[in-house]
Amino acid sequence: MNTVPKPIARRKVHISLRVNGEEVEVSFSPYKTLLEVLREDLDLTGTKHGCELGECGACTVLVDGEPLLACLKLALECDGCSIETIEGLAEGPELHPLQAAFADHGGSQCGYCTPGVIMTAKGLLNREPNPSRERIKEALSGNLCRCTGYQQIVDSVEEAARMINETTVNETTVNERKA
Amino acid sequence: MSMSAGKKLEVIGHARRRVDGHAKVTGQLRYADDMKLPRMLHAKLLRSPHPHALIESIDIARARAYPGVQLVLTGRDFPVPFGIMPVSQDEYALAPERVRYVGDPVAAVIAKDEQAASEALQLIEVKYKTLPTIATPEEALAHPETRIHDYGESGNIHRNHAFEFGDVEAALAKSDHVFEDVFFYEGNTHLPMEQHAALAASEGDGRFTLWTSTQNPHYLHRQLALTLQLPAAHIRVIACDNGGGFGGKCDPANHEMVVSKAALILGRPVKICLTREEVFYLHRGRHPVLMRFRTGVTRDGKLTGMHLQTLLDGGGYGSHGPASTFYTGVLTPLTYELPRFKFDACRVFTNKPPCGPKRGHGTPQPRFGQEVQLDKIAEKLKLDPADLRLNMATKADSLTANWLKIGSNGLAACIRQVVEGSGWKQKHGKLPEGRGVGIACSSYMCGAGVSIYWNKMPHSGVQLTLDRSGRATVFCGATEVGQGSNDVLAAIVAETLGISTKEVRCVTGDTGITPIDLGSYSSRVTIMMGNAALQAAGRARDMLVTAAAEQLEVPPESIVLSRGRVFAAGDAAKSMSFAEGVVYAETRFGTLATVGSYTPPKPPGKFKGSGVGPSPAYSFTACVVEVEVDEHTGWISVPKIWIAHDIGRALNPVLARGQVIGGVYMGLGEALMEEQAFRRLPPKLSNALVHKFPSLLEYKSITSLDMPEVEVMLVEDPDPNCPFGAKEVGQGPLLPVMPAVANAIFDAVGVRIDEVPITPEKVLRALRLKRAGKNPRVGPEHFPHVPYAEPTYVLPPGEGGDGKETKDPNKRPARKPETAAA
Repeated sequence: MNTVPKPIARRKVHISLRVNGEEVEVSFSPYKTLLEVLREDLDLTGTKHGCELGECGACTVLVDGEPLLACLKLALECDGCSIETIEGLAEGPELHPLQAAFADHGGSQCGYCTPGVIMTAKGLLNREPNPSRERIKEALSGNLCRCTGYQQIVDSVEEAARMINETTVNETTVNERKA
Repeated sequence: MSMSAGKKLEVIGHARRRVDGHAKVTGQLRYADDMKLPRMLHAKLLRSPHPHALIESIDIARARAYPGVQLVLTGRDFPVPFGIMPVSQDEYALAPERVRYVGDPVAAVIAKDEQAASEALQLIEVKYKTLPTIATPEEALAHPETRIHDYGESGNIHRNHAFEFGDVEAALAKSDHVFEDVFFYEGNTHLPMEQHAALAASEGDGRFTLWTSTQNPHYLHRQLALTLQLPAAHIRVIACDNGGGFGGKCDPANHEMVVSKAALILGRPVKICLTREEVFYLHRGRHPVLMRFRTGVTRDGKLTGMHLQTLLDGGGYGSHGPASTFYTGVLTPLTYELPRFKFDACRVFTNKPPCGPKRGHGTPQPRFGQEVQLDKIAEKLKLDPADLRLNMATKADSLTANWLKIGSNGLAACIRQVVEGSGWKQKHGKLPEGRGVGIACSSYMCGAGVSIYWNKMPHSGVQLTLDRSGRATVFCGATEVGQGSNDVLAAIVAETLGISTKEVRCVTGDTGITPIDLGSYSSRVTIMMGNAALQAAGRARDMLVTAAAEQLEVPPESIVLSRGRVFAAGDAAKSMSFAEGVVYAETRFGTLATVGSYTPPKPPGKFKGSGVGPSPAYSFTACVVEVEVDEHTGWISVPKIWIAHDIGRALNPVLARGQVIGGVYMGLGEALMEEQAFRRLPPKLSNALVHKFPSLLEYKSITSLDMPEVEVMLVEDPDPNCPFGAKEVGQGPLLPVMPAVANAIFDAVGVRIDEVPITPEKVLRALRLKRAGKNPRVGPEHFPHVPYAEPTYVLPPGEGGDGKETKDPNKRPARKPETAAA
């Protein structure tokens, strides 16, 4: 005879997060991962899952600015953290350069790995505004994609970096003129 | 249809952001598991731990009583079997009495959340009586008494197909050389990033809707009606955008039946999402195939005849197997002039997850063997492998020995382009030891000419409405699996009506509201949906032209639709906006709606079995791969790949190139590392045959770091059967990659690896053989005796055939006794 498994604790816990710039409070069963809380309790289904074992990178989000596999992080551990997901990237109707580049250069085919790839790339560009192709490939090597063959993903990240740097240069020039 | 004379293409052929691009990069696109409905419950499946066993009893009482559980289903709830092919209805949603592979579903729990459902699964008590396991095709043939299914040809033989086009033995006997080679292609799986998910919701009165990650909502719709014994009209299947398919979401699946039934019983929405491990069990991926080629050639490098034999490891169920079996033969003659061709194909059942269609469906395996054998032929005849291919490339508007009608054919142009682009002439046989280049070619269908179930109706239908806002809404059953089918649909309509894709709304993949399109398989969507859309849009355009001509008081021939305007050519004053044109047309004709449909041309072959292989058009591809092989470790690196694909016309070059590179990526993974492999557990642990590594980490696939640069060349020679001339691009470019890798490794280090995946371990083994002065080859040594069927004999077109079977024994070649393979 099997022994009856003891149901795991379900009494909800409560934490505060900053998600895409907004303060949120959320209650959830304590066994849930950050991925599950984002998707199921905060309705942020833009973040995907492909394995729930930390193998594919589809669930990558930025936690306090750093790329992190949301499927391997208990949400309970994130109390007080700042989380960025794909939903927070665009400013109103204006796509983030990474998003625009992915949409225009074939970086996204079925689109399922795209949110994780874009968040990983954002983490990279936050730290290194001018990565080489090799560096981009290295940074994205934990994000599996079955459609693109990665080439147009790397092209898209390169193009986004160029767009961001141009904007930064222009802003700097404007500021210099103002000064 | 009438297009304005001389109008330049404004949408087609231009690089554009795909119509669903914005939704994909913002996380707004809703895949099946992103759906959520009020009062939704969750389902989990209990799967067999045995590869082959009888179910003696199932006790669900404790699971049913577990807190949060609403329903437990077993095989008893699903008395009617299903299967994608009408000739292979051999699966049950939940196994009623027998399980046939580790992972075969036997029960389902529906509970308030996934956690409760998973916990309750452990309380279901199943008593199994284990049966002997069939692990390989050889075992399947040797043990017909251990029958996995009680149907099929005999024993464990599921399908046996044999065809002979002209007297092949006579051709081989007259050849200067006959090459005989045995190859093995290991199975592998689709590995879509999205795990399969489905959500069913009852609509009351016995009706329901199923949202699911399927490539084929129409076939699923039919199978649901069959299995659940409901009128098809009461079922609505909505194909959510797929997070990748590659053939893995073509079969109707157990979990789709389960959530549908549960939603009907409970009157509440029920969702399931498979775990990654379960996706490996559902499988339906590439068949492992053992192949023997006997090919005759003249001393100057022309083919005289070919006898191909294949043995497919089908796994535990039929799936698309009958079609897969044909496909290991039928497309072989498309690339090179081959006067006579014979193929014997046999699919057997084994106790493993069922194999089915994966990108290239049944053709990458023989393509690998054929192209590697050609490399050996070129070596023996001292001919350049590229020239050998170029000199016998098939021509446009020709018939193959097995009666396939080739329309446009850019193969020779593809070969020339990759030879030129890669610097082949300076590289082949000339690079330093350890570096090499290899070439291979291929061809693929632009849609299967015959539906999966026999009927004379269209393969694709489109309805189009125009409303006063100036928007076109286009309805089609086609399914977006990431390949860009919605973009193709919008682009064809936009081009025809002279508007942008922003003014076209696509409503697709919904059996409740869209006309039938057979699905996203066999590279059929661009051609079939595209032609249907062209007809519907052309009819809408005709109404706009008539109304505008009357309003502007000019002849209809002078009306131009372009850039959102409707105007008279050469008279700038006579012009209106597209929306105004719609208003006049609606005033003139009433509410505006048109339809279009597409039925492929009748194939020229008239023999039984001639339905598999014909297509309205064929794409062609040539590929050169450069490799570097480390002779100490066997490690293979691929610095660059050149690929030329005859696409007819690239509707959106960004997407077309993406499909080519993606195909190369998947082919390279199959060439070097991907394998759906199995092992036996130790005897003390049941000795069961289990998947070696049902995880994304251990099932090796190419990452961004492994992926070489791919140089894509698109050969654009519009095909008259295709919309704007556009042929397929989703599957063809995968096909030549594996053999080109194998041929490059030979050029680099002089060893032959006659099987995939080509791992460093195999290369090292071959290098050791080479150093020992032995045949430097790793691959299958024997081809077993297979009781192939007596072939259907058909005279090829070149020998005065009429496309029908020759039944007169005096007009057929005499049957020779089977000779054992060397």
